[in-house]
Amino acid sequence: MGTVSPGFRGRRGRPSANLPPGQYLVEDFPVLSAGPTPRIDLDTWEFTITNETGERQRWSWDAFRALPSEAPTVDIHCVTKWSKLGTSWEGVSLDTLLEGVETSASFALAESYGGYTTNLPLEDLLDGKAWVAFRFGGEDLEPIHGGPARLLVPHLYFWKSAKWVRGIRLLDQDEPGFWESLGYHNYGDPWREQRYWGD
Amino acid sequence: MTGSNMWTDGNMLAGPLHDIFLPDVTAAVVGCRNCGWTGAMAEVRVFDHAPGVVVRCATCDEVLLRLVRGPGRAWLDMRGLNYVQLPMANET
Amino acid sequence: MARAAVLGRLSWRAAQVLEVRHESASARTLVLDLPEWPGHLPGQHVDVRLTAEGGYQAQRSYSIASAPDGSRVELTVERLADGEVSPYLTDELRPGNLLELRGPIGGWFVWRSGDTDPVLLLGGGSGVVPLMAMVRTRAANGSTIPMRLVYSTRTPDTVLYGDELRRLAERDPTLRVELVYTRRAPEGREGPVGRLDAARLATLAWPPADRPASFVCGPTGFVEAVADLLVDQGYAPEQIKTERFGPTGS
Repeated sequence: MGTVSPGFRGRRGRPSANLPPGQYLVEDFPVLSAGPTPRIDLDTWEFTITNETGERQRWSWDAFRALPSEAPTVDIHCVTKWSKLGTSWEGVSLDTLLEGVETSASFALAESYGGYTTNLPLEDLLDGKAWVAFRFGGEDLEPIHGGPARLLVPHLYFWKSAKWVRGIRLLDQDEPGFWESLGYHNYGDPWREQRYWGD
Repeated sequence: MTGSNMWTDGNMLAGPLHDIFLPDVTAAVVGCRNCGWTGAMAEVRVFDHAPGVVVRCATCDEVLLRLVRGPGRAWLDMRGLNYVQLPMANET
Repeated sequence: MARAAVLGRLSWRAAQVLEVRHESASARTLVLDLPEWPGHLPGQHVDVRLTAEGGYQAQRSYSIASAPDGSRVELTVERLADGEVSPYLTDELRPGNLLELRGPIGGWFVWRSGDTDPVLLLGGGSGVVPLMAMVRTRAANGSTIPMRLVYSTRTPDTVLYGDELRRLAERDPTLRVELVYTRRAPEGREGPVGRLDAARLATLAWPPADRPASFVCGPTGFVEAVADLLVDQGYAPEQIKTERFGPTGS
């Protein structure tokens, strides 16, 4: 640990008993990004689910917004140690999106405008655990936070909640995504502090 | 702070990459495997508001290099670079 | 000394704060003492690291403002309203405190006194800090290599090092300092108010045929715009070195 700087508090608050190990509560909503914010036109926006045989289901923005949506309130935990409790979103559940999709695949790879990817077991997208979210805190999701739509999978570290999501590929074999291929944990459960390979 | 300006330039890589490479990398000449751009490492776009450091070509935005620091180890992926030409002392 | 400054081992060390000097309403110069400081080249920076009780750390880079001077190193920090680190450095740090830093860092955006090319420095806002290190180093060495500083700032209240730059330019005909006020100029001052444009830059920049070395530093928007102007005036990209103060500078 470095020399303590007297009086320095930083943006991060104190650790709290409600938080996963190693996390701090924050009041703001930090913006993290692996690249420039993509400029996405709603007229050309698409969300595609591709199953393991290559069959596709595709929604335009209008078709996507016509689907039933939910308003989950969830806690989110970033691997860089900040957490926000009780964040409110609006989005379409992956259960709704996957309803018409035939698959026996076990794995999923989320892909985003701009090239970002992240992988997770298909079952972690089901049973009310994941959404494609388009509103945050009562407002349209801002581009810097992943708008027009991002994946929201709050039970895993937030790098799995891919910003600017454009689709999900269902796969028979797991394929590590952008961070999972370079040291970050393949699964990423904050409660077991699965940040890096081998954790 | 605008979303598209989340990057700074490669001058700041001298700190984090010094732990990996002793010679200062900011004066190194690098090449983008995707579009062929070549220039000083100091001129690349560095996104470090992220779980790791992501370096992108200023011409084509493709990823040149990624660095993740974990406890007791670091991971470095340089597949986006054609090469790194480092200034070295002359050998006699 | 130059070799040690660029190739030496980089480890975190504790500097002692000697003085916190007022530069402007929002900027302070931290005067630091670092025993065994290996010296530095103007243009280099340091990484500063703050640690809170409990271990949370935040790290930022700051350009060195001073010429090499034994164990003494000066950093000029601009307080950003919503910054996490800068308000601590400008408002909380006191003489006698320790400040953890590592450096000097950076071997590309540097000026070496041995270079014989005329030098054009273009700084926007706090981008003037590393350029000031170049001006000061040149003065300390008694160099007569022609140097021009074009310093873009909002108002007379936001100017850093105003008096010192005036004094240095007055006594040295080979140093020229031009202030570009973008919002408000001092009373009675003639000349345009507004961003540096092609026409004004053409009167200030060396002709490309003189093979000048140029250094552009400041916010990303400033650096991109000015670098484009230099290229339009015929500067080859190899003659232009840039350092952008991105969002990490808070």
